[in-house]
Amino acid sequence: MMQQLPALLVLIPLILAPLCFLFRNARLAWFLSVLGGLASLVVAILLFEQIQQVQEIRYNIGGWEMPLGIEYRIDSFSAFILLVITGTFFLVSAASMRSMEREIVEDRLYIFYAAWLLNYCGLLGILITGDLFNLFVFIEISSLSSYAMIALGRNRKALMAAFRYLIQGTIGATFILIGVGLMYAMTGTLNMQDLASRLPEVAGSRTIYAAFAFFTVGVALKLALFPLHQWLPDAYAYAPSTVSAFLAASTTKVFAYVMFRGIYSIYGMTFISQYQHLELILITIAMIAAFAGSAVSIFQTNIKRLLAWSSVAQIGYIAVGASFFTSGGLAAGILHMFNHALIKCTLFLAVAGVIYRTGSVWIDDMRGLGKSMPWTMSAFTLSGLSLIGVPLTAGFISKWYLISAALDAGYWPVAVLILITSLMAVVYLGRVFETIWLQEPDQAVKSPLRETEAPMSLLIPLWLLVIANLYFGIDASLTGSTVEHTANQLIMNSP
Amino acid sequence: MNTQLAMMMTILVPIIGAVLIRLCSARPNLREAMTLLTALLLLVCVGSLLPAVLDGHQPELLLLETIPGLPLFFKLEPLGMIFALVASSLWIVNSVYSIGYMRSNNEHHQTRFYICFAVALASSMGIALAGNMFTLFVFYEVLTLSTYPLVIHKGTPEAKRAGRTYLGILMGTSIGFLLLAVLWTWSVSGTLDFQAGGILAGNIQGPAVALLLFLYMYGLGKAALMPIHRWLPAAMVAPTPVSALLHAVAVVKAGVFSVVKVVVYIFGLDLLNSVSASQWLLYMASFTVLTASVIALRQDNLKRRLAYSTISQLGYVVLACAVLAPLSIIGAGLHIVAHAFGKITLFFAAGAIYTAAHKTQVSELDGIGRAMPWTMTAFAIGSLSMIGLPPTAGFISKWYMLLGALSVDQYIAVAVMVISTLLNAGYFLPIVYRAFFKPADQSHPHGEAPLSMVVALSFTAAMTVLIFLFPQTVLSLAQQIVELN
Repeated sequence: MMQQLPALLVLIPLILAPLCFLFRNARLAWFLSVLGGLASLVVAILLFEQIQQVQEIRYNIGGWEMPLGIEYRIDSFSAFILLVITGTFFLVSAASMRSMEREIVEDRLYIFYAAWLLNYCGLLGILITGDLFNLFVFIEISSLSSYAMIALGRNRKALMAAFRYLIQGTIGATFILIGVGLMYAMTGTLNMQDLASRLPEVAGSRTIYAAFAFFTVGVALKLALFPLHQWLPDAYAYAPSTVSAFLAASTTKVFAYVMFRGIYSIYGMTFISQYQHLELILITIAMIAAFAGSAVSIFQTNIKRLLAWSSVAQIGYIAVGASFFTSGGLAAGILHMFNHALIKCTLFLAVAGVIYRTGSVWIDDMRGLGKSMPWTMSAFTLSGLSLIGVPLTAGFISKWYLISAALDAGYWPVAVLILITSLMAVVYLGRVFETIWLQEPDQAVKSPLRETEAPMSLLIPLWLLVIANLYFGIDASLTGSTVEHTANQLIMNSP
Repeated sequence: MNTQLAMMMTILVPIIGAVLIRLCSARPNLREAMTLLTALLLLVCVGSLLPAVLDGHQPELLLLETIPGLPLFFKLEPLGMIFALVASSLWIVNSVYSIGYMRSNNEHHQTRFYICFAVALASSMGIALAGNMFTLFVFYEVLTLSTYPLVIHKGTPEAKRAGRTYLGILMGTSIGFLLLAVLWTWSVSGTLDFQAGGILAGNIQGPAVALLLFLYMYGLGKAALMPIHRWLPAAMVAPTPVSALLHAVAVVKAGVFSVVKVVVYIFGLDLLNSVSASQWLLYMASFTVLTASVIALRQDNLKRRLAYSTISQLGYVVLACAVLAPLSIIGAGLHIVAHAFGKITLFFAAGAIYTAAHKTQVSELDGIGRAMPWTMTAFAIGSLSMIGLPPTAGFISKWYMLLGALSVDQYIAVAVMVISTLLNAGYFLPIVYRAFFKPADQSHPHGEAPLSMVVALSFTAAMTVLIFLFPQTVLSLAQQIVELN
């Protein structure tokens, strides 16, 4: 049984998704998602415990050995990201029912949950696969289902947002495929480990450089790294709220994982070090992302767009950590993947509660909500403080790692810029906090719905996430030591 | 009680108190009893630590390891003891005063008020006990956030605007400068522990020292070094007990306390003495002392005048640090105490005047001394302490600061202190004169403020005199700071 765990991760959602379709019952479909989420969370925890003892866990699909068959390979990096993806999926699924019922047409709910599970399946597959073509397949599974989920959004603009995401996402996927194809042409293998050992022999060739460029640009598009982020704000803003919550927690993190995997495990430090400008280019791009994302957030009037633009900025933080090519920087990037997933998921979920009660995404309509929905709004405020990076929250630990990595690597302007962008976060979130807590509700929009809290089914997962946010801010020894170990392992094993 | 438990309780008691206050929110009398009980228990906890510190011990407590190698760690040294004692003993007095003030003025949201107060005290204790810069930073931020609801307590547009200034400046400087300074220190020296003699010596030299000092001094916005002092006058829109305890004692003292800590335990006097570029602090502190005094001269609103006086007095502490002489460090430690008792008396008096006579401007105070003799006598004593005249605590601290400046031939500092004494006399004595010797306006007869307020302000005024008469405990604590180095 324990040997089959990696396969289970992919199989659980893959089996449950068609079941949703067969039964055509919304409640049952919801229940299956929660069950699947819980089961895969347990599997992820078991894998995480196993990985503490061994270097890596390998699994051959169908018993076919490595060069021929597809291999799943889990190391501490994938195990760590698995934890956060499965955890947030479980909690968001549990919270989703009431909110989804209100936000999309009832008779499409079961279809939604089928897409929801397929998306999850794809993301988990990306995290555990050791095969590049298989990676591409999983990317497609997760992407196609996420286009569908976004298109289900209530606002008509959701269709356009989904379409734009579809176009850009397909370009990204195509680039990835071209990159993979070129690598295959040069080395004759698709297995990541094999590839890593054979690439140095052909490293000087122009084809390999082209492959690297295609692969990283494709992944950067999926990751929404500036300036390839255009699809993200609309997609997050118009998708159903719980979808935004999960996408914000998972998609970008998983593609950051692919990016780091490609750079550190497949191409490796030796290849990177030949190309000296890369470090500076990546840092510049990442810092522009952080700066521009925060600046645009300040001027948003739609709370979901505000959070989406802030995600663009946070992706910059994740990327900048990995761009120093030091173990401290990589650790900071990975840590922020984990913490930011927690933070953004909580924020979007709290917004889902607001939309459930008020039906409005405008910040102006959040006036005085602190009085009528104190629990939801406290959750929003606490996780907002975490996004800013106030001490005793997870976000602070990320900032601490990131800035000390920047200083250790000698990039003090980066440290200063990170602090400036944190202050910008104070501005854009402070405005929302003030609206929530200090302004009086507008009499005209007073409706009986406004007077109550979000449903319990949403509040409980929401507060579990808030507690996680605080816990990982007060006692970061688990996350801290894991990311340090992971970063060291990635760099040591890097070809 | 063993010291570890006592330290733990020092942080926890106010937090538990906050929870109890919330639970008793429906019954105001019980709620206020909880506040008083919590404050009393806190003083017992802090007081129980005093003998150990006086004996030269430094009790330690490791709370937990937030990041590997970077714990939340407490270590009580003499300076922290001074700060903790001052803040916790004044909290009791202030609670007595608050009850009278909040009820007479029918303030709303009283539960929130007392909860935030308790949390602010817990974070002040955290700052006082902090054993490393990381712990200090954490509680420093919590203090900012927990006092924000108190500043905007009135809920008026003016209060909200002030709140924005308050949060903007304090958070802006602490995230923008202080965090960077802390991380820089961590990056070069690999530790953030407060150690006698400093941790930076040998790890950083030349102009970088001056730059780091700049980041620290302007990162610690609570010390209100000009030009980042504007949050303090803005915070005066808060109810007077807040201005009294937080913006004359806990918050601003947390600022200058951290300044002394950073200068003594992070940089070390020797390192700063060896780098002439760090002289800028002396000039900036002098500028702050004098400018704030000049501005105070021109304020008609009593609380604003007191606020600018606070900025100037905080400047003294920074100036005393910048002189870099052991004697002046003693003076800095003493001044934290002296100014706390003196300024809280003045704020209490201002609040009593507002409550009894509904007057906020200095020009309205003609003859008020006859209607409120206790209040105005206390005000007079507080004023003497601000000026630095005997028989008040302010005299002793100023004496040590002057001795320190003279011992290292810092005549600029000496001159600044002399001029500032005159300016202080210039803006405090006219108020006293007006209150006692000018004919009173008889149109709205009134008496003293409620008893609890008068008791509180008489007590702090008496303490100001008593510290002058019996300074041994405080003095020996302050001397220990220097002996350790």
